[in-house]
Amino acid sequence: MTGSDPVVELRDLTKKYGQLAAVDGVNLTVHRGEVFGFLGPNGAGKTTTLRMLLGLIRPTSGDAAVLGVRPGDPDALRRIGSLIEGPGFYPYLTGRTNLRTMARYAGVPASNVGPALEAVGLADRAGDKFGTYSLGMKQRLGVAAALLKDPELVILDEPTNGLDPQGMRDMRELIVDLGRQGRTVILSSHLMGEVQQICERVAVIDRGRIVREGTVEQLRGDTELELVATPSDVAVATLRALSFVDDVRTEAGCLLVKVGTRHTAEITRALVHAGVAVTGVRRTERELEDVFFDLTTHEDKELSHV
Amino acid sequence: MSDLVNVTRAELAKLVRRPAAWVLLAAAITLDQVFGFVIPYLSYKNGSGGAMTDGESPAQLLAGTLPAQVITNTTAAFPVFAGALALVLGALVAGNEFTGGTLKTLLTQGPRRASVFGGQLLALVTAVGVGVLALFLTCAASALGIALVEDQAVGWPSIGDLAAGLGSGWLVMAMWASLGAVFGVVLRSVALPIGLGVVWILGIENLISAVARTSLTALQPLRDLLPGVSSGSLISSVLPVQIGPLPPGVQSTVSGERGLATVAAYAVVAALTVVVVGRRRDVSA
Repeated sequence: MTGSDPVVELRDLTKKYGQLAAVDGVNLTVHRGEVFGFLGPNGAGKTTTLRMLLGLIRPTSGDAAVLGVRPGDPDALRRIGSLIEGPGFYPYLTGRTNLRTMARYAGVPASNVGPALEAVGLADRAGDKFGTYSLGMKQRLGVAAALLKDPELVILDEPTNGLDPQGMRDMRELIVDLGRQGRTVILSSHLMGEVQQICERVAVIDRGRIVREGTVEQLRGDTELELVATPSDVAVATLRALSFVDDVRTEAGCLLVKVGTRHTAEITRALVHAGVAVTGVRRTERELEDVFFDLTTHEDKELSHV
Repeated sequence: MSDLVNVTRAELAKLVRRPAAWVLLAAAITLDQVFGFVIPYLSYKNGSGGAMTDGESPAQLLAGTLPAQVITNTTAAFPVFAGALALVLGALVAGNEFTGGTLKTLLTQGPRRASVFGGQLLALVTAVGVGVLALFLTCAASALGIALVEDQAVGWPSIGDLAAGLGSGWLVMAMWASLGAVFGVVLRSVALPIGLGVVWILGIENLISAVARTSLTALQPLRDLLPGVSSGSLISSVLPVQIGPLPPGVQSTVSGERGLATVAAYAVVAALTVVVVGRRRDVSA
């Protein structure tokens, strides 16, 4: 259940390294209980933003509040579980000892270690040294460390990196479970399918700025209908006369109509009524990945204008 | 306060399991044993001194390995060679947290940064203290063994002398370890701090001392403030009456009190630097 009270609030948050603005005036609100997707290409400013949320990096300017206090506040950190830019553990310690070390740092009982290892499916390899783990196992241990404190807010930066397909599915289910338990989850990922399945709202960051924020449905936008209809000129005129049709264009002999899904029947009815023969109707939905590339692929756009 | 205790406990548990810590301890013990006992004793058994023993008589060589000289044999390497090993340990403990990406994991668990860096330092100086004790015990065992084998009287230093010797030794080693930690935190790496630190201890300090002693005496006030010179003077002041020549780096360039004050000041400044720099640093790795 998503509450209305904000868990994370960023206002004009900026981080500059010399002249380079890694994060440039970011405004963002994440509400309690949300599973929130944070998307962006490499170097867009995702990890820097997440590090600022955890107090690892100080912002150059702007305001941030996490769980109602400034980022890095020790009391707030004890209510946040995080995995940022890959797991950082000691290669000479076992998985279990690494988590015990973190438990000591967090001031939580060592008895929390076992359930955290179980939750990520690593209990049977917990006695092996971290240095011998595969990338996927290291990633799981990172998520286990994030769960040690029974956190209200979970921040996961690319948690499925290095996981095999089964591991990715397990991780997805784990994140969905975290959301169901009422925890707020901020998930940064390159895997659009994953975000589309898991997240309720997303923000896309590019070159340090938030370029789009909204629900997954809002970002994916209206459905497109692909119609094969003759005569096409009559069809186009008929469609353009309909108030609920946003856009009509012709591509490879098909009419592409941008419209809400609930209007499909009305469109075919209007065309038939106008004497147009409709021989094919196909609904196409934009994937989050398409939206992401539209928002973040600069070189392609620039080339297309040449 | 509980943060500091939790962090120190966690860091001690880490140090105990850290192979590098044991390798460094083994190296320090080997240094002490080889130069404090093996070479002098073998030379004594051969009935000759030679270059390695600075022309000491066989009787002097044997006397130098007996329990009465255990403080000398334990602490003589601290100002230079064992000090370099302590510096390596400090740089490893502090610098590895940056290069291994573990610092972000530690800091996001919730303790205050001052507790994290303060706890790491406390664990480091505690480990150094345990190391000093281990060095003393191995030296004492060797000295006792030689005394028994050679049918010599077993006369240990007084408790007061032992406490002063080991306490001073611990302070010197803690200072070097803390300076290693400073390099680790400031440079956020391991290799460069170790390289710079070892070059400083083994090379630059000796160069400055030599230049100040011979060609540029105006440098003597600066020389007298150097950590190696100060620790050599401190150790020199707590050693019993010397039978042979003093080991390298152990000489009373300044008074023992001044050496103690300078070494303590370095240790305190190093600890404060680690905490202050650590608190302010962006953790971006």
